[in-house]
Amino acid sequence: MKLILKIWRQASPKDEGGFQTYHLDDASQDMTFLELLDALNEKLIVEDQDPVAFEHDCREGICGSCAMMINGRPHGPGEETTTCQLNMKAFRDGDTIIVEPWRARAFPVIKDLVVDRSAFEKIMEAGGFVDVDVSAVPDANTYPVARRDAEEAFDAAECIGCGACVAACKNSSAMLFVAGKVSQYALLPQGQMEGLQRAWNMVAKMDELGFGSCTNTGACEAECPKGVSLAHIARLNRQFLKAGFKKVGEEKN
Amino acid sequence: MSISGIFLILFLIVHLTVNSMIVFDDSGALFNQAAHFMATDPIIGVIEPILAIGLIVHFLFASIITFKNQRKRDVNYAGLGRYKKLDAAAGSNWPSRNMYILGGLILIFLVIHLINFFWKMKFTGDPLLHTPTGLEGDVENAYNLVTTKFIEWKWLVGIYVVGALALGLHLYHGVWSAFQTLGWSNRKWRDIWNVIGLIITILFAGGFAFIPLFVMIQSMV
Ligand code: SF4
Ligand code: FES
Repeated sequence: MKLILKIWRQASPKDEGGFQTYHLDDASQDMTFLELLDALNEKLIVEDQDPVAFEHDCREGICGSCAMMINGRPHGPGEETTTCQLNMKAFRDGDTIIVEPWRARAFPVIKDLVVDRSAFEKIMEAGGFVDVDVSAVPDANTYPVARRDAEEAFDAAECIGCGACVAACKNSSAMLFVAGKVSQYALLPQGQMEGLQRAWNMVAKMDELGFGSCTNTGACEAECPKGVSLAHIARLNRQFLKAGFKKVGEEKN
Repeated sequence: MSISGIFLILFLIVHLTVNSMIVFDDSGALFNQAAHFMATDPIIGVIEPILAIGLIVHFLFASIITFKNQRKRDVNYAGLGRYKKLDAAAGSNWPSRNMYILGGLILIFLVIHLINFFWKMKFTGDPLLHTPTGLEGDVENAYNLVTTKFIEWKWLVGIYVVGALALGLHLYHGVWSAFQTLGWSNRKWRDIWNVIGLIITILFAGGFAFIPLFVMIQSMV
């Protein structure tokens, strides 16, 4: 299968960057999208050119590192798939594929398709943890959790921190990510200690780091490879408002 | 945003109810009485400035949020729009992404609307208002003013239809969005709000567009 790839090349954060066109004549429909990029890079290396920088690790949809915009969609076409899970069967012979990095002020480009997502780490540091000791696996049923809550918390915990929600959002808001991280603790007994403060601190951090505010368009949910639901954002809003009323803001430490 | 929005929806319900009297009573008596009540009742007199404040708050917050959010992405995607159905925006509906534009249309409509009717009834007056209503007391003939304008100026009817459509689309996203922002939503309620939003959309877009159309068409047949 012959493909035309238009890929964003940017040598460094300061570099202006621009699209480069590559022709790949021996692509196979059995490849994944990352394998396609591997094939391209092998070719570039043989030709003594700089290979395309992109992030990848697990290649099975659980680490969240393979972040890129493919034809205007985070992680490309297909529902609930990451780029590494994206099969080349989604494309046809002769297609032109545009590949770009996430675009958000809070995610500056480092090189080519790699963006700096450390802003997510900083949000986690602001509240994405529990203060109780959970080192050993507790005995079953020590903490009774309703099945519905367990399911809902698990749904939220599925977030792999890929940043597709930010990339898809016209406001570059990280609400779905934050909502997932808040919800996964909010419904479980282990998360009760920090309670509302978690929601408050993480949202405050998100604002501080230059993410936009949520206007409920739902683009994040549609593009999230893990199907994290907007219902978690409603829960986050609930907790945030309650925290505001009770004035449980950030404790300066 | 959400609270001022819900407040404005409550106003719209009252407004549509009063206006629908134009359709239900050809003599205009019902509408004139209602308009007279709205113009003279002291409680309405108190609510009116609150309504204006609500609208200003809604507009100011919208402007701040929109301009702040616009600055959160420096470079736009090249792949967007080129693959229409595929792009990220396809996951969200058009009104939800264009609330500020729809709001702007509504604002333009509102200015035209206020100049034509509210301003005349309240301040400058109009000879049409002083035609006999057949009602007791000093009741202005608001019915006559409204229907005459819609019959004389067909383009005005067009503006009203566009205004009603913009309002409907604005509310289609606005209703569910308001409750989501207040945290009053979950998987189940999201569907319920969406249905309520759709009903409000049809009711308001249809209702506000129907009244001028009805008046115009009635005069032609
Ligand atoms: S919420 Fe979804 S899209 Fe956002 S970071 Fe988590 S997995 Fe990625
Ligand atoms: S490489 Fe880990 S999710 Fe794609």
